[in-house]
Amino acid sequence: MSEVLAIFKRELSGYFATPVAYVFIVVFLLLSGWFTFFPGAFYESGQATLNSFFTFHPWLYLFLVPPLSMRLWAEERRSGSIELLMTLPLEIWHPVLGKYLAAWAFTGLALALTFPIWLTVNYLGDPDNGTILTAYIGSFLMAGGFLAVGECISALTKNQIIAFIVTIVVCLVLVLIGTPWVLGFFSGWVTPAITDAIASLSFYTHFNSISRGVIDLRDVVFFALVISAMLYANTIILSLTKTD
Amino acid sequence: MIDCQGLTKQYGTLRAVDNLTFKVAPGEVLGFLGPNGAGKTTTMRVIAGFLSPTSGRVSVCGHDVETDATAAKRCIGYLPEGAPSYPEMTPRSFLEFVAEVRGIPQTKRRQRLEEVFGLLHLESVLAQSIDTLSKGFRRRVGLAQAIVHDPQVLILDEPTDGLDPNQKHEVRELIRQMAKEKLIVISTHVLEEVDAVCSRAIIIAHGRILADNTPAGLEARSRFHNAVSIKLADPAKLVAARNAIDALDEVEKTELDAGTGRLTAFPAKGKLPLPVISALAEQRGWDLVELHLESGRLDEVFRTVTGGASA
Repeated sequence: MSEVLAIFKRELSGYFATPVAYVFIVVFLLLSGWFTFFPGAFYESGQATLNSFFTFHPWLYLFLVPPLSMRLWAEERRSGSIELLMTLPLEIWHPVLGKYLAAWAFTGLALALTFPIWLTVNYLGDPDNGTILTAYIGSFLMAGGFLAVGECISALTKNQIIAFIVTIVVCLVLVLIGTPWVLGFFSGWVTPAITDAIASLSFYTHFNSISRGVIDLRDVVFFALVISAMLYANTIILSLTKTD
Repeated sequence: MIDCQGLTKQYGTLRAVDNLTFKVAPGEVLGFLGPNGAGKTTTMRVIAGFLSPTSGRVSVCGHDVETDATAAKRCIGYLPEGAPSYPEMTPRSFLEFVAEVRGIPQTKRRQRLEEVFGLLHLESVLAQSIDTLSKGFRRRVGLAQAIVHDPQVLILDEPTDGLDPNQKHEVRELIRQMAKEKLIVISTHVLEEVDAVCSRAIIIAHGRILADNTPAGLEARSRFHNAVSIKLADPAKLVAARNAIDALDEVEKTELDAGTGRLTAFPAKGKLPLPVISALAEQRGWDLVELHLESGRLDEVFRTVTGGASA
């Protein structure tokens, strides 16, 4: 595990060695705030909840996770540093996990920095802080799911733009298939069982379920499975294609 | 100890490395020579564990590079072609990272890093990010990364590429120092480097070994081996001198470089023309300004052996 820790530290400090970290955090905070107050109508709703804040998180991650995940492996391939990494005495899963945890921790930091909205709602009213905490946990799990998908796609190419676009498309599908519009479209001509099956594959469904304030084991298991499966696939992809 | 048995690497229809078999023992400095695209880098990548061979087996220090990869990688220091690293890091943080991954205990890490920085003269750039460094410094950071764990086996892909003559000299000096207790494989297309540091040279082209010998042994294959070049103070005597030398039993033929006025006498098989030519010059009063015994020219051997091959 010391190898994973070494990779984790290098990656995390790498974010702060370039403007990437600061740009990401600032954009994340600005967008999450804007969504909450304008489309989310935080004040106008007159309720002491953070629903209008969390409801936009799937869409926020959809556009902010791919730029973060696209470079994880594509950049290693492009610069040739993958050759260095793969000839160090490491198992392939060490850097896969180390990079993933660093990206997740970094996203977690950005998410934690939204705490002023929590202070605000507590100042204005008397919200259910338990629900807010579970929603934060749900949001963090969902970010982890997006990142695992993004890292895996990044391992497939040395071109960051391709990694970016493919990740957005895949993540968009994973969100959309849980939304009422897509499910409404299906419900007209397939059985409810199939509609439920489609919905149960969506990040949107599982996140919404957690953000209502109940941590259901099924939702946690869903994200844990997505993350492990993606990291496993990532390891396989790298062991097959590390030299391309 | 590197043991390479029947190593073959195929890319689609291209056979980059074709049934390569060789062994390298500790204390040897093996130079890989070959035209671009000959398979040098591919071979080194397989040994370093970055590529899997299509067929054949490679073991390093008794560890198979495929089935026991991590153990093999532990005893290798590898400088990839172009010395890639992480451009946003400083040499210090980069080497600390490598040392940590290599499992150098924290208590010894600092001291070992200072040693390596000293060996490669990196002290002045430790706090600068790597992407602001010159090519020479980047190469030295790559070398530092390869030797930080004091490996038994060093694989260096073009270690002096992009360095100025002083830096080249220093890197060769460093390789010579380390050669005593390590096994070193370098690839190069700079032939003087082979003379300067290698105890053995393998010439490969199209993925096959074409020659495997000491640098002196390779030079002996040159037609220039034991040839004698002379230059006369008085060019008017040149024709007479050439005829006299041509008539010697020890001389196969002579060649005149019209530009420099240098006459080269190639030896007949197994003969040494130097003593007779120098005696002749004294006897006839040629007044030599230059008399030079050639040991053989590696570049000429290289061209002959590889048949001018390029890819």
